[in-house]
Amino acid sequence: MAFISEPRSLDTETVTINLGPHHPSTHGIFRLLATLDGETVVDVQPKMGYLHRGIEKIMEQRTYIQSIPLVDRLDYVCPLTNEHAFCHAVEKLAGLQVPERAEYIRVIMAELTRIMSHMLAVGFLWNELGATFTPMIYAYRQREFIFDIFEMATGARMFTNYMRPGGVAVDLPEGWMDLAVKVTDNLERFFDEFETLTAENEIFLARTIDIGVLPADLAINCSLSGPVLRASGVPYDVRVAEPYSVYDRFQWEVPTRPHGDTYDRYLQYLAEMRQSLSIVRQAMAALPDGPVMDEKARRLRPPKGEAYARIESPKGDLGFFIVSEGGAEPYRCRVRSTAQINLTALRQMVIGHTLQDLVVIFGSLNCTVADIDR
Amino acid sequence: MGFLDALPLTVMDWLRGLLGQGLPAWGVELVVGLIKVVLILVVAILPVIVLTWLERKVLARGQDRFGPNLAGPYGLVVAFADAIKILTKEDIIPQAADRQVFRFAPALVLIPTLLVFTVVPMGRGMIAADLNVGILFAVAIGSLAVIAIIAATWSSGNKYSLLSMFRSVAQLVSYELPMAFSVLTVVLVSGGLSTVRIVEAQVIPFALVMPIAAVTYFLASLAEANRSPFDLLLGESEIVAGHNLEYSGMRFAMFYIGEYAHIFVIGALTTTLFLGGYQGPILPGYMWFLIKTMAVVYVVLWIRCTWPRMRIDQLLDFSWKLLVPLNLANLMLVALVFKLAGTGLLGSLLSLVVNVGLLVAVGTFLVRRARSSTSRRTRALVLGEV
Repeated sequence: MAFISEPRSLDTETVTINLGPHHPSTHGIFRLLATLDGETVVDVQPKMGYLHRGIEKIMEQRTYIQSIPLVDRLDYVCPLTNEHAFCHAVEKLAGLQVPERAEYIRVIMAELTRIMSHMLAVGFLWNELGATFTPMIYAYRQREFIFDIFEMATGARMFTNYMRPGGVAVDLPEGWMDLAVKVTDNLERFFDEFETLTAENEIFLARTIDIGVLPADLAINCSLSGPVLRASGVPYDVRVAEPYSVYDRFQWEVPTRPHGDTYDRYLQYLAEMRQSLSIVRQAMAALPDGPVMDEKARRLRPPKGEAYARIESPKGDLGFFIVSEGGAEPYRCRVRSTAQINLTALRQMVIGHTLQDLVVIFGSLNCTVADIDR
Repeated sequence: MGFLDALPLTVMDWLRGLLGQGLPAWGVELVVGLIKVVLILVVAILPVIVLTWLERKVLARGQDRFGPNLAGPYGLVVAFADAIKILTKEDIIPQAADRQVFRFAPALVLIPTLLVFTVVPMGRGMIAADLNVGILFAVAIGSLAVIAIIAATWSSGNKYSLLSMFRSVAQLVSYELPMAFSVLTVVLVSGGLSTVRIVEAQVIPFALVMPIAAVTYFLASLAEANRSPFDLLLGESEIVAGHNLEYSGMRFAMFYIGEYAHIFVIGALTTTLFLGGYQGPILPGYMWFLIKTMAVVYVVLWIRCTWPRMRIDQLLDFSWKLLVPLNLANLMLVALVFKLAGTGLLGSLLSLVVNVGLLVAVGTFLVRRARSSTSRRTRALVLGEV
């Protein structure tokens, strides 16, 4: 009979929901307009700008040194790498020579920041998977020890305001090295513990493998960078591709993962933490004596011109473009925000997955909303 | 029965005698019935107070922190601090809500859970109503909790709640089945639906006789109580605590009371069905019941603090593709074993062997299938290749 064999689909309406601006999984004030068919995501549309603080504009009214605390707040998870990128750009503009010792201190601080940022990335990913805060708090606990090192050197735990164009604000204090050695030794143990506890959990495997696959060509086309790109099998790292500071003096590898799914991104973060720790140890062992500040950097007035400098921040390629009119303040400052550009691939990654996967994929991209909106 | 073991019954008998001097027989029954009702309410609500504290403490310990430690010694009175806070909160009813249903739903949450306590034997002779269909009653009433959740979610007029409802219905329907099968296995062996009879039949706890049924029952009741890793209904990272999203104040608290009472019910029923109930050496029966129940409750909390949440399709797959067939096979095999070998020690031993054999067979099948599979996820899950 015709009316029986006729295929009939169950027509259901799609539902549009607002994930955010206030939502536990957006890590800040970020709005994701998701269209759902049942649990399946049909479309997402990121709405940005809820956390826009106009940092780039404010920097035009601040001297270069006054801008550093602002730069800290761009991506508040990794303030020291933001400072590093900014100082790097100003140094390029003003032609400053950073003393050897300052470069080593910067590398140590930047790599510890990377470890810290990746820790939050893996910890929060578990939170989004629904583990009631436990892995996240394990990561947080270790992050506090890294904060201890920062506090001793810079006087602040989070918003360090430490690096300056031409060097770092102050030299490392007495006894800093002992503490740093203790903390880094602890980190090694923490990585092993965390990896053993988490990386082979069955529910975790089921929830992350083949979820949010990011093919290498899409990643390149979307101009993605950082661990997200490397987890798709592209061995691109600014530290290697365009060496800055003293990174070319250390022995380390650029880890990559072949598949580009959420699980690979997770393992990528874990692998990069170990590499960063190795760099920190080498830098601590080879730390030279000497001044930590270029004398020319006093009363900083860069000549007229423009400069673009970039570094490998924990999230990826972080660039600062600074235009100077010869005054004490920049004429214009523009940030190439990693998080914002890494977000461009989100739509292609989540379509067809469920709502539950959407928050996990978003978490695995490790975007800080403050950095997206600036 | 020792003196301590029989103490509650002795007190009750003494009370009956006392009342019998002044009241007619029906009056005595009425007063005794009312006392039982009050006792059940106490038994159901007291664990809520304890669990509010215990859950935070266990989670905190799992997370390497202290947990509540300011309100009273070891933070023990934190539940009362909570209650005061929650009672002083404004009771908000959203504009889009269906007001009557919205108000009624929180009350409905607690009722099924309280009713289940009537058929749980908490010690020798300590049962409110020894129904001859006791366990059937418990399963049937237990699944009524979904009505309250549907009422709460639908009346909230919130899209997140709506998603939560879809999930909860799919989840509860799927997990009723393996739960019923595992209970059926127990009923088959003990030869009765009465909970007291089930407890008395456990010379060896059924968890050792048929571990498959025991684990299945435990997992299914986790799913029914919406506990981690099956807490999709709440899903605070994606649907922002779904069903109680729009609730505030005391109505919100009712969901929590319901949830904690439900955890205690999981413990109580798992103890009754699989851990030998109130039976045990030396200590009085009610103490054994409490110890076993709290042990199960602890496992529930422990799971909460370690495991991530499953996805809804994986959750359904797990039930329909693994638990249901496995328990169906287990039911038939156990029935066969006990028919052939009797319900004595030999039968129990053979049943355990059959259970383990079944697990090995399923494991081998899964590994074989995974070896020939090209799916990376299957290979990683079963063979551990990542």
